[in-house]
Amino acid sequence: MHVPDGFLDAPTSAATGAVAVVGIGLALRGARRELDDRTAPMAGLVAAFIFATQMINFPVGAGTSGHLLGGVLAAVLVGPWTAVLCVSTVLLVQCLLFADGGITALGTNVTLMGLVGVGVGWLVFRLVRAILPNRLASVAPAAAIAALVSVPAAALAFTGLYAIGGEAPIALDALATAMVGWHTVIGVGEALITGIVVSAVLAVRPDLVYGARSALEKRTLEVRTSKVVEA
Amino acid sequence: MSTRRASVSTRTLVLVGLLVALVLAGFVSYYASSHPDGLEFVAGDKGFLDTAKDHKSSADSPMSDYSTKGVDDPRLSGAVAGITGTVLVLVIAGGVALLVRRRTHVGD
Repeated sequence: MHVPDGFLDAPTSAATGAVAVVGIGLALRGARRELDDRTAPMAGLVAAFIFATQMINFPVGAGTSGHLLGGVLAAVLVGPWTAVLCVSTVLLVQCLLFADGGITALGTNVTLMGLVGVGVGWLVFRLVRAILPNRLASVAPAAAIAALVSVPAAALAFTGLYAIGGEAPIALDALATAMVGWHTVIGVGEALITGIVVSAVLAVRPDLVYGARSALEKRTLEVRTSKVVEA
Repeated sequence: MSTRRASVSTRTLVLVGLLVALVLAGFVSYYASSHPDGLEFVAGDKGFLDTAKDHKSSADSPMSDYSTKGVDDPRLSGAVAGITGTVLVLVIAGGVALLVRRRTHVGD
């Protein structure tokens, strides 16, 4: 879903650039609460994994393809603020080194795939986790559902931006329908990959899965806190 | 640190994960679908794809569009680009994470 230069006009691109800068600033502060010596290496890995996975477009029919956005995957594994940083790093490298996504559109892409994809995805994940039993087994299905929703959500946000600052006169309802329709199909792929990868990490190291913390705390009631709080 | 059953160390997990990422970017990516992605397809369908502009500076990048300038073999060209990108993202995101993390083991 990398927006190239030229789709959106300059004021809109400047505005999303400002939104992206503020969002990344907040994420730098928020990520501090999510990352410690133990989990910091995971953030680099998750970002690298998202970059690699985004190189692999999968066909979704009718001559169209899609690839993982990775926002929910990152949020569930390392926390939502850190996820914004991971996705933004991927977008920055793709834009500067690989000419994938426009330079003036970098703020737009960070806003759509970083802020909206991660934000909406994390809210859906929390919602589904609240509905399902608080068990480890609920984490991967919740992540998959959140991943499924996050892709059309980002696509809808693009349509909203296009309504404000699109360079071509397009019927917006038709654009919204096409964007959300195709990206719901792509979202199925997003859900599968997210569910599988989260399950794999849960199987070997559930303690490294940020989105599994409440389920783990419930399982091992009398543990830790004291040392960390004092430090 | 863990009283539960023997589990994979963080180092092993990160190394295995990184290996998977490198294989995906360096090898599997060659077999990726070359169809336009969702946005590109919709833009073409709705007739606004031609408003896209290639930006000069990064289109001149030695690795624009995930192929490496000067490497003729397409498989190798993509592999070099993919592996370079994966390592670069790992270093930047990992570096940022190390900078902003809480240093749980320093102090007292």
